[in-house]
Amino acid sequence: MSKTLFEKVWDEHVVDSPLQEAARREALAESGLADHEEMLGERQVLLYVDLHLIHEVTSPQAFEGLRQAGRSVRRPDLTLGTVDHNVPTIGRELPNPDPLSAKQIEVMQTNTQDCGVTLYDIFDERQGIVHIIGPEQGFTQPGMTIVCGDSHTSTHGAFGALAFGIGTSEVEHVLATQTLRQSQPKTMSVEVTGELGPGVTAKDVILAIINEIGVHGGIGHVIEYRGEVIRSLSMEGRMTICNMSIEAGARAGLIAPDETTFEYMRGRPKAPKGDDWDNAVERWRQLPSDENATFDREVVIDGSRIRPFVTWGTNPSQSVPIDGIVPHPEEVPVAQRESVERALTYMNLTPGTPIRDISIDRVFIGSCTNGRIEDLRAAAGVIDGKKVANGVNAMVVPGSGLVKRQAEEEGLNDVFVAAGFEWRDAGCSMCLGMNPDILMPGQRSASTSNRNFEGRQGPGGRTHLLSPEMAAAAALAGHFVDVGEGPDEVPA
Amino acid sequence: MRQVSFVRGKAVPLNRANVDTDQIIPAKHLKRVDRTGYGPHAFEAWREDPDFVLNNPAYEGANILLTRENFGSGSSREHAVWALNGIGIEALVGVSFADIFKTNCFQSGLLTVELPPEDVDYLMSLSESNPDAEIEVDLGNQTVATIDGDWSVGFEIDPFIKSRLQKGQDDISMTLEYSADIDEFESQRAHPLPNTAVE
Repeated sequence: MSKTLFEKVWDEHVVDSPLQEAARREALAESGLADHEEMLGERQVLLYVDLHLIHEVTSPQAFEGLRQAGRSVRRPDLTLGTVDHNVPTIGRELPNPDPLSAKQIEVMQTNTQDCGVTLYDIFDERQGIVHIIGPEQGFTQPGMTIVCGDSHTSTHGAFGALAFGIGTSEVEHVLATQTLRQSQPKTMSVEVTGELGPGVTAKDVILAIINEIGVHGGIGHVIEYRGEVIRSLSMEGRMTICNMSIEAGARAGLIAPDETTFEYMRGRPKAPKGDDWDNAVERWRQLPSDENATFDREVVIDGSRIRPFVTWGTNPSQSVPIDGIVPHPEEVPVAQRESVERALTYMNLTPGTPIRDISIDRVFIGSCTNGRIEDLRAAAGVIDGKKVANGVNAMVVPGSGLVKRQAEEEGLNDVFVAAGFEWRDAGCSMCLGMNPDILMPGQRSASTSNRNFEGRQGPGGRTHLLSPEMAAAAALAGHFVDVGEGPDEVPA
Repeated sequence: MRQVSFVRGKAVPLNRANVDTDQIIPAKHLKRVDRTGYGPHAFEAWREDPDFVLNNPAYEGANILLTRENFGSGSSREHAVWALNGIGIEALVGVSFADIFKTNCFQSGLLTVELPPEDVDYLMSLSESNPDAEIEVDLGNQTVATIDGDWSVGFEIDPFIKSRLQKGQDDISMTLEYSADIDEFESQRAHPLPNTAVE
């Protein structure tokens, strides 16, 4: 039978159990639905987890639960921890000014130490955003199942892994059993055809996809991204795409592994070596969806029509191309009108305003969406000796300690600092506003992160999502500009 | 986990789509290492608006929250469920819920009920016009009904999850019964996995 990439990975990880089947039939019988064969489609299975990533914010209650029940971590050797969400990105050598954050980091250190779990701690150069360090170290490999108490775990899907976010109770379940109870999601194919125009990046592609299918279009589905545009992207671009699958409501997003994938992985510390490498590549080549495989839903997007995108609203589907305007509520479908009006009020925007005329106060380049080396290179490439506009505060937060070092070896930090950007230590930072890096009420940011929810970057803050190139250009101009139109668009 | 059979009470109409978990509990309150104490910060920013429905004294004591599509979208933070627990919400009735959020709800015995938009419309207008109107979510019979019995609709739920909720079973103890199957699965893996314990 023909299978999709997702189905291949899923089937490979189902822990078959006669006992579980019996329990399920019992549950069906008790619910009075034993005769309903269609309910068998709802089959919950135990899915084996190959890699469990943990961080300081969503794991403490899980470890506490284990302790209270007298349970242990089943596979510390398949578990990796780091601290990323609340760590300061400046002055790390000083005592943490926030006692709650300090305690959470300390608890992470104790928990991992007590349970024998490796931790890339705050002064480890490999420390960084959990979804950046997995691929960076070569832990993330095609065909694996990867979970983390973080919704952007979908990032790892770029390698053809099935990777998704879970809650803290599920973190505890995985710690104790290395499995999860799961119902099989539906499949969705999103094909992006053609070739991207100038200045159009992976970020614009995923913003265009979310704009098309909506923030709940993917609920209950795992998306496979396909087509010429996806194939032409680098691994880091593919990670940007898969990262924001959750913003379309999807359970996960993945991309079939190919030569680009293998080239990116080769030689990374945890990638297989020698004969193991050859065998692994041979195995990974079997993963792409079979030619006749079918999806529950298929969406096709013409990539050649995608323009650099900027969000104007308070969810990631509320976006327009850079040459667009802030929408008029009366021109959107009735069902959305109220939420558009609410968003415009929160964002303090007037309908009809050209996106280019919107001035910004802050620029944030970083996050698990766009905090990798290629993102920093792209942003630095736009700067070209120019300065951050008067009145704009701009900062770059590398996704990991190793991304930071690489950027410094390439001199990118000098480019940013000379232009007036702040150059910080690795972490989630202003993507979610858990550490001191936040917007002040009313401030407007151009941000390469993934969520423009109300207050996401700080209470009362107003977030516009866009690509690193577009963020850098906005920093220089003080308002949004089109990087696709060449250097003339960016003022000297 | 607490047992759930039915939830009966007043419903508060949060008539908005795509309510994300950053609204339910902002990130700055995720620094604590406990499962309780999040209630006072639930919907913190929206609560600054005196007209926000949860500030309306008429809905005080409501244990059912009515909502629209895609409630609980965004961050996977289970703190959102703990925050709803903290303000006394025992059931959510809406058009759809975000996947991770829905799973998190089951873990704490917080019922999520998905109904067609027109049924949600009915309940919204009922609670908006009569804040004291009580409704009942009956898990066993899989129905949502007004207390006077004039209106009742069925809902679907995975039978496995239903049975767990009714018994108040702990997922981990159930799965640990299959430890031998997990051992067997691990022993049959054909190729090594990347090992995090080795430098």
